[in-house]
Amino acid sequence: MTLLLDANHLVKTFGTGEAATRVLRGLSLRLETGEMAALLGASGSGKSTLLTILGTLMQPTSGRYSMLGQDLIAADDKDLTAFRNRHIGFVFQFHNLLPDFTALENVVFPRAVRDGRETAAARARGRDLLVRMGLGDRIDFPTAHLSGGQKQRVAVARALMNAPELVLADEPTGNLDSASAMQVMDLIAQINREEGTTFLISTHDEKIAALCRRQLVVRDGVLIG
Amino acid sequence: MLYALKIAARYLTANKAQTALLVLGVAVGVFIFIFMSALIGGLAEFIVSRTVGDLSHITIEAETADPALLISPQGHVLVVTERGRARTATLAEADTWLPLIAGVAGVKAVSPQITGAGFLTRGAQVSQVSVTGVEPGRESAILDLDGYIVEGRAFLGSGMVVLGRDLADDLALSLGQTLRLQSANGVDAVLTVSGIYQTGSGAMDRARAFVSLPTARTLFAVPQGVTRIEIKLFDLNAADATALRIRALTGLDAVPWTDGAEQLMEALDAQAQTGYVLKTFALITIVIGVASALLLSTYRRRPEIGIMRAMGAGRGFVIFVFVTQGTLVGLLGGVMGAGLGYLALLPFPSRDNFQVGTLPMDITQGSYGLAITLTVIGAILASILPARAAARIDPVTAIGQ
Repeated sequence: MTLLLDANHLVKTFGTGEAATRVLRGLSLRLETGEMAALLGASGSGKSTLLTILGTLMQPTSGRYSMLGQDLIAADDKDLTAFRNRHIGFVFQFHNLLPDFTALENVVFPRAVRDGRETAAARARGRDLLVRMGLGDRIDFPTAHLSGGQKQRVAVARALMNAPELVLADEPTGNLDSASAMQVMDLIAQINREEGTTFLISTHDEKIAALCRRQLVVRDGVLIG
Repeated sequence: MLYALKIAARYLTANKAQTALLVLGVAVGVFIFIFMSALIGGLAEFIVSRTVGDLSHITIEAETADPALLISPQGHVLVVTERGRARTATLAEADTWLPLIAGVAGVKAVSPQITGAGFLTRGAQVSQVSVTGVEPGRESAILDLDGYIVEGRAFLGSGMVVLGRDLADDLALSLGQTLRLQSANGVDAVLTVSGIYQTGSGAMDRARAFVSLPTARTLFAVPQGVTRIEIKLFDLNAADATALRIRALTGLDAVPWTDGAEQLMEALDAQAQTGYVLKTFALITIVIGVASALLLSTYRRRPEIGIMRAMGAGRGFVIFVFVTQGTLVGLLGGVMGAGLGYLALLPFPSRDNFQVGTLPMDITQGSYGLAITLTVIGAILASILPARAAARIDPVTAIGQ
């Protein structure tokens, strides 16, 4: 395995003066390619903030962060957007699909944005991913007609569309019943095994965390394990 | 950016009722724009045709040469000749110029005339008149004399005169009766009334008499040439340019109708300015409507915009999506409004058949292309602010909503 990302002494402070809140307090983290790690911690411990910074959606107040050897602190918004599109996938707690589009259109979105159009190759990969997610009969369904579990599987497929090296999942099962949660986690584990995609999954659920080979605990803005 | 176009179109079709209302609002604005263009343009056309249509569009008049001053070498004036009131300046070589003028592009008719002042006498009654001698058979070349005839006909044979209604009434004249016309040169002629016209203009109907060109030659002692050439154009708005061409071609002082019509031109200009203001308000309404609708859409779609940004959509992509929505709304509304405007203007009489009592709408002056173009440009400008607001949305905050 090789080093995928390296975050050093990440500090993130929200607000200024007396209202300033330091959420990350010098957190350091290294992830290898092909890892499947759980990020545990109480609410407000800084899990989501860490994922947001690792996903290049937010810059830390200080610290260093590189991925695939690229310094992501020095990069501008345009470069970060392109990097995110090519190398990072996201799965959110509330699926966050585009409501006016079908399941396939949602899955294809990251690739279509890059190419400027929906290519046949992108649509074919989108179909494959949805079939792998067990949604072969829901490909052209509007997302409004899907159940919560189905929507979250569409979101997983969308995160994998550009074959990213890293998928960041923020409470991906937090809004699902037990059966649907296990189904989504099985799919994530399968993708991790078969394609070597690195997953960093934020969760409160010990059972979900137990499915991951590595557990990281955040407390008071630093990793303690 | 085909994909951005697809997203924009999907956003518009996702909420059909809202989009339909927005497009309809734009269409109404464009409809007003076109309606105002056709009305202002038609009104100007109507006013000009009613005030200038029967007049000469370009006039060439003989210039009266000042009498020569004979001055001694010592600078003393030896002889001064007073300009005679009865002297008539003439365009002696009119016969040479007439075919050339008639051949100038845009010239519809040319009427050589001999004009002068005179007195009509019938019994003890006397009226001062302006006498116009025109070529027999071309009585209606400039003024539509045929169209205004209420009794008799416009034919001007030898010894015949056509009078205005008011003048005939003043002198208690009717068709076939005779009168005496004495010119300012002191020449008398006995004429028979062959026609009575009524233009509706009191000054004209009360004080103008038409005779044949040969009769006028005798009355005003003009053995050759004419005193005036009147020219009618197919397009009276081309008078300035055509007058310049005639001047260059003949060297004669061709004067377009617009010279001396400053008040009319100012009135038309003021009317046009009013139209511009109204059309500008219509455009502003469109811009505000599109901008507010897209701002609302931006606010409503904040989480989606955040997701797009998270998935790797750049700020440029987001801007393009919203500007494209504005463009599509402007284009659809513009075309719909232009179509509605055209259909609404169809029942109105054409510019050549304007009637008193109806709106003088000119369907050819609807400015359809301009209306659509300005609407699309306005809609694009209106969408820039919402698009920039959308592009600035922080994906982390938006996704968390």
